[in-house]
Amino acid sequence: VSEGTSARRELREAAGAQAMDYLVTMPRRVVTVYLPLGVFLFVLLFPFYWMAMTALKPNEELLSHEGNPFWVRSPTLIHVKKLLFNTAYPDWLWNTVLVSVVATFVSLVASVLAAYAIERLRFRGARYVGMSIFLAYLVPPSILFIPLAAVVYRLQLFDTRLALILTYPTFLIPFCTWLLMGYLRSIPFELEECALIDGASRLQILAKIVLPLALPGLISAGIFAFTLSWNEFIYALTFISSSEVKTVPIGVITELVEGDVYHWGPLMAGALFGSLPVVLLYSLFVEYYVSGMTGAVKE
Amino acid sequence: VSAGVDALRRAMDNRHLLGALFLIPAAAFLLLFLTYPLGLGVYLGFTDAKIGRAGTWIGLENFVSIWDDDVVRLALFNTFFYTLVASVIKFALGLWLALLLNQRLPLKSVVRAVVLLPFIVPTALSAIAFWWIYDSQFSIVSWALMKLGVIDQYIEFLGEPWHARLATIAANIWRGVPFVAICLLAGLQTISPSYCEAASLDGASGWQQLRHVTLPLLAPITAVVMTFSVLFTFTDFQLIYVLTRGGPLNATHLMATLSFQRAISGGYLGEGAAIATAMIPFLLGAIMFSYFGLQRRAWQQGGENR
Repeated sequence: VSEGTSARRELREAAGAQAMDYLVTMPRRVVTVYLPLGVFLFVLLFPFYWMAMTALKPNEELLSHEGNPFWVRSPTLIHVKKLLFNTAYPDWLWNTVLVSVVATFVSLVASVLAAYAIERLRFRGARYVGMSIFLAYLVPPSILFIPLAAVVYRLQLFDTRLALILTYPTFLIPFCTWLLMGYLRSIPFELEECALIDGASRLQILAKIVLPLALPGLISAGIFAFTLSWNEFIYALTFISSSEVKTVPIGVITELVEGDVYHWGPLMAGALFGSLPVVLLYSLFVEYYVSGMTGAVKE
Repeated sequence: VSAGVDALRRAMDNRHLLGALFLIPAAAFLLLFLTYPLGLGVYLGFTDAKIGRAGTWIGLENFVSIWDDDVVRLALFNTFFYTLVASVIKFALGLWLALLLNQRLPLKSVVRAVVLLPFIVPTALSAIAFWWIYDSQFSIVSWALMKLGVIDQYIEFLGEPWHARLATIAANIWRGVPFVAICLLAGLQTISPSYCEAASLDGASGWQQLRHVTLPLLAPITAVVMTFSVLFTFTDFQLIYVLTRGGPLNATHLMATLSFQRAISGGYLGEGAAIATAMIPFLLGAIMFSYFGLQRRAWQQGGENR
């Protein structure tokens, strides 16, 4: 299905471009398209370049006003070494992986079941449940973290990874369910009816017909949920206080800054390494990520 | 035993029962960690709870005191200013970028993938890059402007109230433009070029085509995208926490960072919860906006009004 639509889109774009191209000369195109696009790309990407440069510069180069700051004269891995061996960074990385993977997996399972129930079983009240899932999607963590801290404390989960694993699904489940509902809607009912007539149970239908067909949706939801958990900040900041259970964003912010002395090199190296896993995952699944993001907005 | 198995099988094929069963995991999570805390948060706003001490009901006292609190008023102003300015600019730049990306370009898919990077990377971590870019002594922006002769001393990006407000807004825009652009691009791709073609045959200029053909067709998705964008911006926390912690002189405190400071750093859970609760009316406004945006979309595409 998606190949067909993208091919059609390309055709349409080509047709549109042809229809307009005779109006636009090359110099004009440079000024109206390539120049602004170049500026956009420069501004959007410069902070990453700057992070990398800072992470590679030795301290005396970082704190000098001499020479060209855009380039690094004597690159060093000393900051990376400090980060990996003199801080708890490897622990933070491991915590982030663990929390993100488990929270994503738990949320996916809960969301698939919920989305199938709402969209396909159409039980009594399914529409209202679907509506409330959408509303839950709109509740931001910034107004939940205070009472959630009280709940986490009462459950004696304070300062544990489990606190994060259990609270992240509050924003992952609504998002994934909403996204998967859209995907399930695109699977023809007839397939399920055939299987029902052939004597398959609902569980068999879910496992053998619906899930394989909804695989692109599952991947989209999974990738998106993973990056959301990886990037989560306010819950981890509130519920975690010991260094060995911190996640990367929290660890870097709270522990690499000692008083007024900022270790810019290790800070940047930490920020860069903490971003790499999500960037890698994203680059492997760009199409799924984009369709997940735009799908959630369009549905 | 076989009768029991049979009954179980029949129950598993009853869609109402099975539906309820399938909902249990999601419902358990959301009720315990979302609905209950949401209610508890409102309740805490009416108590004098502190960290480690359950509070007692004090009625509207917290709300009266935060209403008279100059810092809270400043934070409210900052939140509206931050949201309004950042959202308007994010929409303008996002639309522009989307229109650029909708052109025929070499390496289009690579460009599109790269554009979204600021949105993918953890905000707290990219904020560190901005922290360094905004450094009062080693800022690369100040350095470049000095070399160009635009300024004659380094800019205090985060040291002065208005500079800090604008600097944090710039960082927020940097993060938000890709989201708006890619979502609007998805909307643009559903619009057939034949509409613009027809308009250009009737003599419409490029600007008129954008204003009278593209934008109206894009309106439904714009409403939804901007609702989300406003929602994220209004409740923003990490960017401010990393860049300024609300300073200088509380000039960049948003409602979210102030409620964190009062509740978690200061220990006054009740007061912090009251500030967070005060954000809810605005949130409801955004949701209504989104809901009506969605409805108009269904109607425009020939769907029935549900």
